[in-house]
Amino acid sequence: MSLAHTPYDTTLPPDLRALQKEIEGYAREFGLDFFETIFEVLDADDLNEVAAYGGFPTRYPHWSFGMAYEELKKSYDYGLSKIYEMVINNDPCYAYLMRCNHVVDQKLVMAHVYGHCDFFKNNQFFAHTNRKMMDEMANHGNRIRRYAEKYGEDEIERFLDICLSIDDLIDVHSVAIKRRDEVSRYDFSVEKEEDEPRATRFKSKSYMDEYLNPPELLKAEEEERRRLKEQLSKNFPERPEKDVLLFLIEHAPLKGWQRDVLSIVRDEAYYFAPQAMTKIMNEGWASYWHSTIMTTKALHPSEVVDYCDHHCGTMAPYRGRINPYKLGIELFRDIEYRWNTGRFGKEYEECDDLEAKRTWDKKLGLGRQKIFEVRRIHNDITFIDTFLTPEFCQEQNYFSYVFNEQGQNYVIESRDFQKIKERLLFGLTNFGKPWIYVVDGNYRNRGELLLRHEYNGIELKLDRAKDVLANIQYIWSRPVHLQTVVENKPTLLTYDGTEHSSKALGDSDDPRKHSAAKVR
Amino acid sequence: MGQKIERDYQRFRKIVRGKVKSSLSKYITRGEMIGKKGNDLVSIPLPQIEIPQFRYGRKGTGGVGQGEGQPGQALTPPQEGDGAKAGDQPGGHILEVELTLQELAEILGEELALPRITPKGRKNIVTTRERYTGIRQAGPESLRHFKRTFKRALRRQIASGTYSPEEPVVIPIREDKQYRSWKEVPLPQSVACIMYMMDVSGSMTDEQKEIVRIEAFWIDTWIKAHYKGVERVYIIHDAVAQEVDEHTFYHTRESGGTKISSAYDLCDKIIQKRYPPDDWNIYAFHFSDGDNWGDDIPTCLEILQERLLPKLNLFGYGQVESPYGSGEFLDYIKDLTDGRENLVVSRIPDREHILQSIKEFLKTGR
Repeated sequence: MSLAHTPYDTTLPPDLRALQKEIEGYAREFGLDFFETIFEVLDADDLNEVAAYGGFPTRYPHWSFGMAYEELKKSYDYGLSKIYEMVINNDPCYAYLMRCNHVVDQKLVMAHVYGHCDFFKNNQFFAHTNRKMMDEMANHGNRIRRYAEKYGEDEIERFLDICLSIDDLIDVHSVAIKRRDEVSRYDFSVEKEEDEPRATRFKSKSYMDEYLNPPELLKAEEEERRRLKEQLSKNFPERPEKDVLLFLIEHAPLKGWQRDVLSIVRDEAYYFAPQAMTKIMNEGWASYWHSTIMTTKALHPSEVVDYCDHHCGTMAPYRGRINPYKLGIELFRDIEYRWNTGRFGKEYEECDDLEAKRTWDKKLGLGRQKIFEVRRIHNDITFIDTFLTPEFCQEQNYFSYVFNEQGQNYVIESRDFQKIKERLLFGLTNFGKPWIYVVDGNYRNRGELLLRHEYNGIELKLDRAKDVLANIQYIWSRPVHLQTVVENKPTLLTYDGTEHSSKALGDSDDPRKHSAAKVR
Repeated sequence: MGQKIERDYQRFRKIVRGKVKSSLSKYITRGEMIGKKGNDLVSIPLPQIEIPQFRYGRKGTGGVGQGEGQPGQALTPPQEGDGAKAGDQPGGHILEVELTLQELAEILGEELALPRITPKGRKNIVTTRERYTGIRQAGPESLRHFKRTFKRALRRQIASGTYSPEEPVVIPIREDKQYRSWKEVPLPQSVACIMYMMDVSGSMTDEQKEIVRIEAFWIDTWIKAHYKGVERVYIIHDAVAQEVDEHTFYHTRESGGTKISSAYDLCDKIIQKRYPPDDWNIYAFHFSDGDNWGDDIPTCLEILQERLLPKLNLFGYGQVESPYGSGEFLDYIKDLTDGRENLVVSRIPDREHILQSIKEFLKTGR
């Protein structure tokens, strides 16, 4: 079978079909559980094209895909890198192979792909993704092409540029949490029915009433409730909203097609988010399985050297950042080892005897079972938070680094476990991006939009923040404000449609600064 | 390349080159990829557009890396300004190797689908040169490819079970050996001369000279790629013509009338004196705003037809748009093009038409 809507000839040749059958068999033997997986073979150029579109050949037209293509093509042409594997979270799963790859590479890729497919199907963070995304993306593409025909390509491109500038302002956990009622709070017909707020009265005999329900307390409570209610009805949105895109879709004065384009961008952002949330685990899991399947089942002796060469190439540690493949596979193996030998739990952790700890082996054999559980319930943050150990960091030679203002460069900061873990988690939390909330959609009672950057010690890149603000202003059409911190001072950045301004915020006139929203 | 990505890719290129008005132009960065060429690290240009998003500034940020090093040791060399992220570049020094002109010419040829120039006549001595580009099974030991031979030997030994990790001795046999092989590439020995003529009368502005300069650079690059030696002659003219050096050519501003025939006449004289057409491939390009003194036109056309064209590989007339001139010369010279392969006329209204014009000039493959 081939992609009906693409111009490529992608049918799998018979030798690869036999290979797929073999590898799929091994994957099932090991207990991997995946959707039906369709492999397609593409030439380098076509594979680069598909990869540039994020795996979806039918995606909407936009120059940014052309940019991605140039990078892939140049780095392939100059022999700097090539794509081994490309796999799409969909039911059925689509996976792409490069036609000119050696057989041993195709084996490796197939084994790796089944790891990913199993992860897509079973990891809970993918549970809410659209499994018919192949069709959905084609649908998005058609809608946007139709708008481009109707309203002009330049117009659509300009608006897409703006949407893509804020496509990370989503609330990834909202898919699994009910943050608010389905019915809009701003539906006034519902609100009218509500009674005046009343204080709680305890049942009492009339002569006791004054003591059980002291009037001044009742009055105070009533006041408090009225105040709360007023505040609630005044707040719009009720709670700070992290899904800025949703807020704009629902409340910005957009044209029909603009609302639709913004929804498309938002849908795709939510579809891709779990892949970014589980990059380390997903690559680690797939690498663990290609390594296991290849070395215990599929590898022919004559292929060992090439296999090792390519495996090592992928797993090579990077100096300046984390190689997700390496960290992932090593951590999965570490977990397997610890649960096989029983190196976990209270008894092991409280053991003071170094020698006993070194030779610790309870022969539990729970490793395999444990890693299957881990791949089901964790994402990168909880994976690192739960399973990273000081011994592991030391073994892997990890260090943390920090930006040094004096030299305007990055320097090694520490080899301390806590520091390393902190830096790792910081880079993963909210994808290592700042937290932005909508706090008021009717700021100053003038229909202006107030956003807040949840300051956690690191300031925004100011010039870019201003440009994004201008983009949001284009969508909102009224002035837009952002509370943030600039050079250690609380500051309100404003863009009113024609010019940027900023003013320092006094602590007193900024009551929301200390309010609820959490920072990791 | 698929049609779909081709569209998006061309759109991206247009934005990067500033051909479409876009608010994105301020986000274009001159990125690069680090490639390897022989033993040198080279930089491959990779322009990128970064759509603005909320991001952390660098102050206080950091990350995690893997490998040796003491706290306090620098990961990246100190740098000025904002921009690069940690770890995007390997450490050490990178030789900034720009594209060679040869490569540039190839890219130009590819972009514009230009035919290669086929030098004419017996004056073209072509020698060949060997280039090592391939691998084959047989050859002299001095050309043995060590790494490939070793890999094949190792693979064979592992497969046949004669490799032991304890005693890792790898002995290549006849079948393992791989040798470098070469192919012969023709290396032109022929020589060419390019004559640039430009109208420097008052009506040519700096912008128009800049257009001529850019165009001349690309013509140079393309022609040079096909000849062993290229000489250049620069002629400026208003009512009279004179030969000048390159710098003067681009930086002279005269006033006064225009007599194009003076330049053509001088061009012909220089050819007769220094570049006998039997030994040289001669190219002549003339750039003007097309405003000529009325009575002079028949003289121009006569010199061109009778004296110049028979000696030239190619004569190109490029007319830049001027706010003043009438631009009528183009129409006269256009009438001559029928049946003559070595005469090309092109109009260059602004910078965006330079590429199109280069294509017109060079598509003849002469």
